Amino acid sequence: MSTGNIQEYNGLWVFVEQRDGTPAQVSLELLGKGHDLAEKLGVDVTAILIGHNVSEIAEELIFYGADRVIIADDPIIKDYRTETHTEIIAEQVFKEKPDILLIGATCLGRDLAPRVSARLNTGCTADCTELDIDKEMRLVVATKPFFGRDLMADIICPFHRPQMVTVRPGVMELKNQDRKRQGELIYIDVNLKEENIKVKVLETVRSVSDSISLEEADKVIAAGMGVGNKEGFEMVKELAKLLGAQVGTTSLPVDEGWISEDKKIGQTGKTIRPKLYIGCGVSGAIQHSAGMINSELIIAINTNPKADIFNYADYGIIGDINEIVPALIKGLRAIKG
Amino acid sequence: MPETSDIGWDPETGSLIREGVEGILNPNDKNALEAALQIREQHGGVITALSMGPPQAEDALKEALSMGVDKAILLNDRIFAGSDTLSTSYALSLAIKKIQNVDLILCGKESWDAMTAHVGPQVSELLNLPQLTYATEITIHNNSVTIKQKLEDGFKILASSFPALITVEKEINQPRIPSMESIMNAYRDKEVQVWTNEDLGADKTHFGLKGSPTQSRKVYIKKVHKGKVAILEGKPDEIAKNLIQLLKQKGLC
Repeated sequence: MSTGNIQEYNGLWVFVEQRDGTPAQVSLELLGKGHDLAEKLGVDVTAILIGHNVSEIAEELIFYGADRVIIADDPIIKDYRTETHTEIIAEQVFKEKPDILLIGATCLGRDLAPRVSARLNTGCTADCTELDIDKEMRLVVATKPFFGRDLMADIICPFHRPQMVTVRPGVMELKNQDRKRQGELIYIDVNLKEENIKVKVLETVRSVSDSISLEEADKVIAAGMGVGNKEGFEMVKELAKLLGAQVGTTSLPVDEGWISEDKKIGQTGKTIRPKLYIGCGVSGAIQHSAGMINSELIIAINTNPKADIFNYADYGIIGDINEIVPALIKGLRAIKG
Repeated sequence: MPETSDIGWDPETGSLIREGVEGILNPNDKNALEAALQIREQHGGVITALSMGPPQAEDALKEALSMGVDKAILLNDRIFAGSDTLSTSYALSLAIKKIQNVDLILCGKESWDAMTAHVGPQVSELLNLPQLTYATEITIHNNSVTIKQKLEDGFKILASSFPALITVEKEINQPRIPSMESIMNAYRDKEVQVWTNEDLGADKTHFGLKGSPTQSRKVYIKKVHKGKVAILEGKPDEIAKNLIQLLKQKGLC
């Protein structure tokens, strides 16, 4: 059953994920991308912000590209819960009929987006890597990688509204703020009753990490299967330390248990865009490259001259990392004293 | 889910051709089955394995039966072919209604192929059930269930009443490997029930390519080629020296 009169649907919305009054970076990335897409259609960008004591960030959302911010602020929605957030978003969508709804594909966003799509009876394309507008059809064209291979699909949602899309953190570029931008703040009433909400949050525990996350790092050294074993990572970690870089990896070393899953870069892991990426023994198949192709400078070290990574690296070294990495460590130590 | 080694796509519809591809159990679903089996061991109950797919998905359900589930149902109908996640979730939710009196629905977090992680939350919505996603632990109490929910940088403990839907992470357990005997038994003595659209009594317009809100317009192979790579040559020490020089010039070390 398609959406009734789809011509009534207008405007682009971005769901803004926030925690303790700080917006998730992916939401800011989507406001920037959303702004570009909305310009092609000649429509406004609306941010939808849900939480408690969150109004302070509304202005920042405007600086990042929103023309309007819908704010739901209430103690009952202090913690994210699927039911409460779905209820609020669905109510606003029914009322205002946006054409497009973008959501960051974080743990929270991946819990929320499919639920909202089922509530609204519309299509949602998950984990897109590119977004564009077909101007003639006035449709969102969402590109997503498929099947753990170099297969891509362009997905559209022609007869249902809003057209929903999720995008992983780091996939879209974070645009600079424009502090001169102005916009409208719209406060909405929240009429939810705790006794009607089935899920309770009993405890929230955040692990404190003192290292910079991969997504934020300026320099990343990725170690692939070429490092050979768990010990091979120690050598790579030492090089990373000397360069002030973070260590990342590909799927297989994680499956082998050599390194933790949060270090995985690629389709099933993080998406990064550092200034410097060095791949050590990384073959660079699409499963990995999808998460690092936007790095500014890509250096590859691999024994196999036919490895995929040499197709997109800026500099390549055809050699054994067990010889090259120690030489780099020695050289860096020499200049650092 | 199909194995990914040999797939094709239909250039007319842009949809993946899944026929003739061997059906295997999605790795993440094995964790869901294992979680269900462990719950049954402690609390009793009847486990039904439910899947939607082409006839060869029966093999995946035979695998579930050999792991020890009580019943297996395959939703198979030509009109289901080409369904997107919402349309698939619709069929699954109707089947769950037909099964009746379900206390707990367990799903793998995501399929190994499309990895949308959509079906769990969409089925929950269509059945108006609480959804508890990314579980690494499940605890069953008298009138409620709690899970430990894995997040990017920590976890939450969530509680809900029954019935509820839970999606599980792979670290929740180590799925059992069925013995040769139980595999033989599953193939010889146990049956996979096949339900068609008629059994579900659904509105046909919800299914297939036409009934799915999302449509693939184009499926293509993308090779990434950035340009010509500059190869650094020489002995390891020389290469290292040149590379460090290069990084210095670019202000990267």
